Amino acid sequence: MTAAPPYPQKRTCPYQPPEGYAAVEEQGPVLKVTLFDGREAWMITGFQEAREILTHPNLSSQRTHPNFPIVAPRFRSGIARNLALIAMDPPVHDTYRRFLNPHFSLRSARTMRKDIEEVVKGYVDDILDQGPPADLIPALAVPLPSLIICKHLGVPYADHDFFQEASGRVMLGTEEDSVAGGQALVDYLDRLTHDQIANPTDGLLGTLVRERVQTGEMNHDELVSIALVLLIAAHETTSSSLALGLITLLEHPDQWARLQADISGLPRAIEEILRYVATTDLVATRVAKGDIEIGGHTIKAGEGVLVSGTIANRDEANHADPHTFDIGRPDTHHLTFGFGIHQCLGQNLARLQIEIALEALITRIPTLRLAKPVSELPILGSGTVQRVLSLPVEW
Amino acid sequence: MKITLDRDRCISAGRCAYAAPTVFDQDDDGVVVLLDTDPGEDVAHLVEEAQYLCPAMAITTA
Repeated sequence: MTAAPPYPQKRTCPYQPPEGYAAVEEQGPVLKVTLFDGREAWMITGFQEAREILTHPNLSSQRTHPNFPIVAPRFRSGIARNLALIAMDPPVHDTYRRFLNPHFSLRSARTMRKDIEEVVKGYVDDILDQGPPADLIPALAVPLPSLIICKHLGVPYADHDFFQEASGRVMLGTEEDSVAGGQALVDYLDRLTHDQIANPTDGLLGTLVRERVQTGEMNHDELVSIALVLLIAAHETTSSSLALGLITLLEHPDQWARLQADISGLPRAIEEILRYVATTDLVATRVAKGDIEIGGHTIKAGEGVLVSGTIANRDEANHADPHTFDIGRPDTHHLTFGFGIHQCLGQNLARLQIEIALEALITRIPTLRLAKPVSELPILGSGTVQRVLSLPVEW
Repeated sequence: MKITLDRDRCISAGRCAYAAPTVFDQDDDGVVVLLDTDPGEDVAHLVEEAQYLCPAMAITTA
């Protein structure tokens, strides 16, 4: 029996798998890995096996289960274990999801296009006015999703420094940081929810008050927990996908040139970016609530299950030349937003923001390039959102 | 080609309306609706793609 390799491991290049994942993939598509705390969990690295297990009825998201796999110390916190939607199973999950679906559908996201275009134009105007050089993390990648989710929820953007910082601590900090950041967010949203229930405004929180709280379907605490998960989920993921996607494009000048020649290829290019960078590394952490037969193995009830987007998105059994970044590839299928009933609620909004931001950069700053070698960019994140702390560019 | 939708399974991901916009759309609740009950062979590959992308397995074809 081969020893269970460690997972997650740290990337050295922000858009490439860590070298050590080759050994994980070799034992796939279904294997056991060792977590940071010494416990073992099942790991799915095959693309088809991942699709299969993510739609299996015996897979559970109950993070309070004693055997739920914990991939980093911060996920031990009570807040991380009780996140609305993410840490829930049906039927409660499905009820919450139905409350939110109308406000995150493809249609709904598309109604926000003009707003997003205007916001992006403002950021790119400032970048051009003040540079070169520029750091696209504070100038675009961090504030854009923050401003858009604030507008959508009806949360005052004036407070964005506070929740950018707090949601960063929840997602990326130490265990203590995560607990403190989460509690600060809950306290803030608790006050905001009181105000919204008294005087609902136009944003999604006010809409949920009118549609679900006033009808008795949802109470104050539930609305707080939903607002919390929406704020946390919207911040790091979209921001990092945009930044890592841009770095990947700039590191592949031939692909950047293809988009300059024909910007209509951008939506497909974004799917390839999502496949290639696999921003969250893991696309699922779960526990089996009954036995699951998968890839010739039996996962027993009560055992932890992980799915690696980083590895599954580059499964040779599913993608030709999986390690080649090719925006014109016919098969851009990926699991970056997950699969099954938990697939990312905000995916349409995320895609739209990435598309509008990249289009603005490609068309308005065609000579854009990295001002530092990619190996010198400070990166952060292991097991969840991969992040660069700065993205210096010139043109 | 005959398409059957399970609207109770739909999670409003919108992948179908994205992949085959002449065949699928979403209603005001975000739930999938069929625009074309009998799509032609010319869009069959797009319908298959929509079916493959649907995370909730709400689309079946015959």
